[in-house]
Amino acid sequence: MLPRTRPVLAVAIACLALSTTACGSGSGGDSSSGKAKVGLITKTDTNPYFVKMRQGAEQAAKSAHVDLSTAAGKFDGDNAGQVTALENMVASGVKGVLITPNDSKAIVPAIAKARAKGVLVIALDTPPEPENAADALFATDNVKAGELIGAYAKTAMTGKTAKIATLDLAPGISVGVQRHDGFAKGFGIGSTDPSIVCSQDTGGDQAKGQTAMENCLQKAPDINLVYAINEPAALGAYTALKAKGREKDVMIVAIDGGCTGVQAVKDGKIAATSQQYPLKMASDGVKAIAQYAKGGKKASGYTDTGVQLITDKPQTGVEAKDTGFGLKNCWG
Amino acid sequence: MTAPAPFTAGAANPFVLRRLLTTPVAGPLVALVLASVFFAIGTDQFLSGGNFSLILQQVMVVGTLAIGQTLIILTAGIDLSCGAVMAFGSILMARLAVHQGWPPLVAVLVGLLACGVFGLANGLLVRAVPLPPFIVTLGMLNVAFALTHIYSEEQTVTGLPGPLTALGRTFPLGNTDITYGSLVTVALFLGFAYALGSTAWGRHVYALGNSSESARLTGIRVNRLTVSVYVVAGLVYGIAALLLVSRTGVGDPQAGQTDNLDSITAVVLGGTSLFGGRGTVLGTFVGVLIVGVFRNGLQLMGVSSVYQTLVTGVLVILAVTVDQLSRKGTR
Repeated sequence: MLPRTRPVLAVAIACLALSTTACGSGSGGDSSSGKAKVGLITKTDTNPYFVKMRQGAEQAAKSAHVDLSTAAGKFDGDNAGQVTALENMVASGVKGVLITPNDSKAIVPAIAKARAKGVLVIALDTPPEPENAADALFATDNVKAGELIGAYAKTAMTGKTAKIATLDLAPGISVGVQRHDGFAKGFGIGSTDPSIVCSQDTGGDQAKGQTAMENCLQKAPDINLVYAINEPAALGAYTALKAKGREKDVMIVAIDGGCTGVQAVKDGKIAATSQQYPLKMASDGVKAIAQYAKGGKKASGYTDTGVQLITDKPQTGVEAKDTGFGLKNCWG
Repeated sequence: MTAPAPFTAGAANPFVLRRLLTTPVAGPLVALVLASVFFAIGTDQFLSGGNFSLILQQVMVVGTLAIGQTLIILTAGIDLSCGAVMAFGSILMARLAVHQGWPPLVAVLVGLLACGVFGLANGLLVRAVPLPPFIVTLGMLNVAFALTHIYSEEQTVTGLPGPLTALGRTFPLGNTDITYGSLVTVALFLGFAYALGSTAWGRHVYALGNSSESARLTGIRVNRLTVSVYVVAGLVYGIAALLLVSRTGVGDPQAGQTDNLDSITAVVLGGTSLFGGRGTVLGTFVGVLIVGVFRNGLQLMGVSSVYQTLVTGVLVILAVTVDQLSRKGTR
């Protein structure tokens, strides 16, 4: 039995491995086509936000006649995985790489190595620290995204004393800090103002958002305004509020503009959200690299890919679009 | 399909075939060679010295962890805490050197010792209480993870002094750039291959893994031996911690979160039995390379990373199947 099993299975292993790779190669580029190569490295593979980003990159790659290869970290925060992916892309001869850093600081040495080899590196969505570590940044202005919902909430709360819960991302992650601070600024308070009666980290996760809101309600039952880092966290908060019968008298505002999130705005679960455009970030990024590959100059500096307040209950003096527009332009 | 070719050649010469089959590394090695041939044909860039040294560099951290993991699995244990322990060691080294201004070498030594202490704690709990290794190291995974995040204040440590990143530097060899750290990893693999194969300690580890009770009856001090294995594994994780900071150039509190499973994957792909007592560190080295070659090769072909995960999963299940079937064969 033993002498026979092993070689047969070894061959099986190899064949399966080979056939699997053959199946997969359709999604990537053909190395012998002579087209310029472009890489996209997202935070994870599974988040709908990054799926949309990948779609934007694929569309732009097709029309710009470049080969796109994609990779991602294994989990949100996985720096080593992104470093490895970046090295492999440089080894495969890419002209440029679009990257959404999992860790703004930790990715910097790897980006520097890639740039030293003449690769154009554009950060998408999340800036590296320092921002000039990459050639360029194509992103939403997260502070402004926060300001929009902050200003909206301020107007909507006129005449009431605000008791605010903030459902944040995670300590030390710049996107979360910028959105939180932007919200406070738009609301006209400091980011640690006493009217913020509860702040909890959610990792942008719905289940954790629900737990966080439950805990906040234990701590301060009179909360009447919830700021959420994104819509999954906001929907978690809604579930927690509904369980207490409080969903009608507590206003929730969020950021992101995913399709589920905009639908929740339409359904009245979330009052307003700031919508961002991952598809545009990626497609503009691919175009910039394609241009560089054709002998054009390197993209540089910060390109704001836009942010839009979405609500069906507009407040006077706060510019907004309705959920019809939001659903047409949403991601996920 | 070109795959069966080596075996038709082998079948023509039964003696060579038998020799090959009595080496447990044979199966994984064949898989590695076939994968390499496939990627060499599939991409222009795979078959270059530069790419080979890149793969070595990419696998050095998980490879080093996998050495410690192999030792523990050989005793019929398992270590879920290795990645988290490494992360703690690396953040300790980085912060002591950068924020406390300690001499880098002292910081590295303290980091190594801290990892060794985690190993000691694991070993004592496994033997003295005793508790199942799975549970002990699951608990320790959370302890080390939490300590890392508390101690680091969730901050990435940048601006590491030269000695901490020295192993990440390269030297030219022919037309390739070899990373010093990958030499350390290769040396560790060779050293532990010798220690397991040719020292009393190593033979006792196998005896312990095959049957703890018969090992005890033959006069092996199994408690002391088990604890020594966990401590040695912990120190090896400490070396992995140094390799990690030297490779990425930063202290990263998020590091190592999936490395425990990656190291187990490498051990299993390398033909080491999860039931203990059978396997080699050289097999683990091949296992590590299989994962590295697939990740690198698929990326060079432009295949998205979910397929890398898919391939790795299939390979692991096949490898365990081989182990199970060959066990039945020997009974």
